[in-house]
Amino acid sequence: MHLLNAVWVGLKEIWANKFRSMLTMLGIILGVSSLVAMSALVKGMENGMKEALIAIGGLEKVRVEEQDIPVWQQHLADQAVGTTMNDVQALIRSAPLITMVVPEMRTRNITMTRAGKSLSPYNFIGTWPNAIELNQHVVAHGRMFNALDDENARNVCVIGTAVRDALFGSPEQIGREIIPVGEFVNINNQRFKIIGMFEHYESDQDKKRRMSETTKPPESKGTGPERSRGYGSMGSKGGSRSMSGFVFDLKNNTVYIPLNTMWLRFRATSGTSASGTGSLGRSSSSSTSGSTAEFLPDPRLSTLSVKIADIDKMDQALQQAKNVILHSHRGIEDFSFRTQENWSDGINQAIKNARMSGGIISAISLLVGGIGIMNIMLASITERVREIGIRKAIGATFFDVFTQILVESVVIAILGGLAGLFASNMLVKLLILLSPMENTPVITVDSMFLAFAFSVAVGILAGLFPALKAAKLNPIQALRYE
Amino acid sequence: MALIELRAVSKIYHLGGEEIRALDNVDLDINSGEFISIIGPSGSGKSTLMHILGCLDSPTKGSVKLDGTEIASASTRELARIRNEKVGFVFQFFNLLPKLNVLQNVELPLVYAGCGFRERRKRALEALRMVDMENRANHRPMQLSGGQQQRAAIARALVNRPKIVFADEPTGNLDSHTGETILKLFHDLSQQGSTIALVTHDPEIAAVTPRKIEIRDGKIAQNVDARLSGQQVGPKFLVTQPSPS
Repeated sequence: MHLLNAVWVGLKEIWANKFRSMLTMLGIILGVSSLVAMSALVKGMENGMKEALIAIGGLEKVRVEEQDIPVWQQHLADQAVGTTMNDVQALIRSAPLITMVVPEMRTRNITMTRAGKSLSPYNFIGTWPNAIELNQHVVAHGRMFNALDDENARNVCVIGTAVRDALFGSPEQIGREIIPVGEFVNINNQRFKIIGMFEHYESDQDKKRRMSETTKPPESKGTGPERSRGYGSMGSKGGSRSMSGFVFDLKNNTVYIPLNTMWLRFRATSGTSASGTGSLGRSSSSSTSGSTAEFLPDPRLSTLSVKIADIDKMDQALQQAKNVILHSHRGIEDFSFRTQENWSDGINQAIKNARMSGGIISAISLLVGGIGIMNIMLASITERVREIGIRKAIGATFFDVFTQILVESVVIAILGGLAGLFASNMLVKLLILLSPMENTPVITVDSMFLAFAFSVAVGILAGLFPALKAAKLNPIQALRYE
Repeated sequence: MALIELRAVSKIYHLGGEEIRALDNVDLDINSGEFISIIGPSGSGKSTLMHILGCLDSPTKGSVKLDGTEIASASTRELARIRNEKVGFVFQFFNLLPKLNVLQNVELPLVYAGCGFRERRKRALEALRMVDMENRANHRPMQLSGGQQQRAAIARALVNRPKIVFADEPTGNLDSHTGETILKLFHDLSQQGSTIALVTHDPEIAAVTPRKIEIRDGKIAQNVDARLSGQQVGPKFLVTQPSPS
């Protein structure tokens, strides 16, 4: 018998038992849709995490952090100098596997004020101009400060959009975007000129959502809920933002000023009256030499970020950096490296776990679906023993009967699989409606193919035994069967 | 050469250690174009004989040749092919598939023969014409009377132009009048050259056929060919309409 014919006969048989077949398909539908929806969820998670990882600087970024001095070096504790510009110069000179070194000085308890509005930025960082490259910042308006600004320790700053939102008002509130380049703000009562502003960082999903919102008619703007993207208003969002959204919020809440400005204006206990003995870079070689040290502000860096030349040579590069810094630290191991790898490993592990558990759930429901098909096929052939006998008497071979039953089972599975794919699309749409934030589930073609292939495989496996049983029927006994 | 040659055919069943000889050393020849009846009480072995002749079953011992092919040792696959191409069956309970209409039922053997759609339709309609059922082609079996169902079943048996048609109690489930018309149909088909074997327990039905083979206890008790002995064959309805031959 022709295969197409067998498929046709199978479809007719399924149509003749519509309700029964639909119940049978339900198992497969659930299995397929849970598989697709699960992988869509995991994919959404993965996308969000990847975006976040890129936003914080990618895998090549490594931070040198201070660490407690190990027990066996405790007696040298008073000799430890911490991370200073010495290390920066040493790394630039002696560590070829490191392509970029960015010193950072952070200060807490900073208040920025302007016209009655105030803000404590989350990231208030004095750094070198190359920080924007390492931290994947993009200056959308104005400019980044340059080496000259740093050399002269000018009071200039580059801000993130969340800072703008807090001090000047967000586009949602004002109705137009304010670009505060050239404006002045007070930072701890010192006048700073804003010379640049970063672009607004957000996940792809947020961007899409925002785009779609801006296309709406303007009258809805007034009635819509007031939203702020600033860090300061995080609490009002009820913690519904995910990990990746959090990363973007922090990144928007950044103020960069030149390193020397930070050192001179905010590190010196006496504020602006500190002696401006020139740039830190030049004087750093003598910063530990006793007499001048007392007059200089605290020269220690909060963090030292470096960029690894090649991600595959991460270990070598870290060892190289360690050797260099150990040398400039007089052999005292008061620092450690923090790579993004730990973070990304954690994410990968979480994704793997989610995928695994989802996969097991889907596998079980597909298995149950398969058992359902086998059960219904066994019932069906018992009902049709006589029909099988007739078919055999008029010339159906073992193979003909086998194919007919198997095809029927596979057709049920295929129909169930297709319905499952449809159902999963609906399900994911529903999930997106329920959680319109980041990590939006993304259905991948791969997962659809995989789920469909699994449903077909389940149909084949479930049909094998009933088909074999039917095909082995003795025609004489089958004809006598009542 | 005879169409069917049985030589020393035995069929032995084992039931609880007891040996049952459903057929015991049977020799039988059936020639092409013959109209025969196989008669015997129930349990005599006539059904077993028909199953073996019709390639539904293989004998325990002996040789069966159908159209020159040895089938005693054929595989189930070969038997299925022979059933499909060379044998037609008509059953007591019609055995039409209820989900298919008459035409599709008649087409079924051709489906298994791998026949194309147009060819199938053409030959199925041809077979339905032979049993005068053309106008019922699109009916379901359940919408037909017993006689009509049996006609459809006969059309199905004829559709692949078999060498021989076996009818197992074809009138057993019909009233006597309808039964007569079915028997007449078989008679007419025989006149047109089909080889037909009626299996029955009813001597009256067996009287229709020129040749009677009586089975008792797995053996051939009587093998009478009326034409050889010059007897008048068949009941009244056949006599009143003398055949042209």
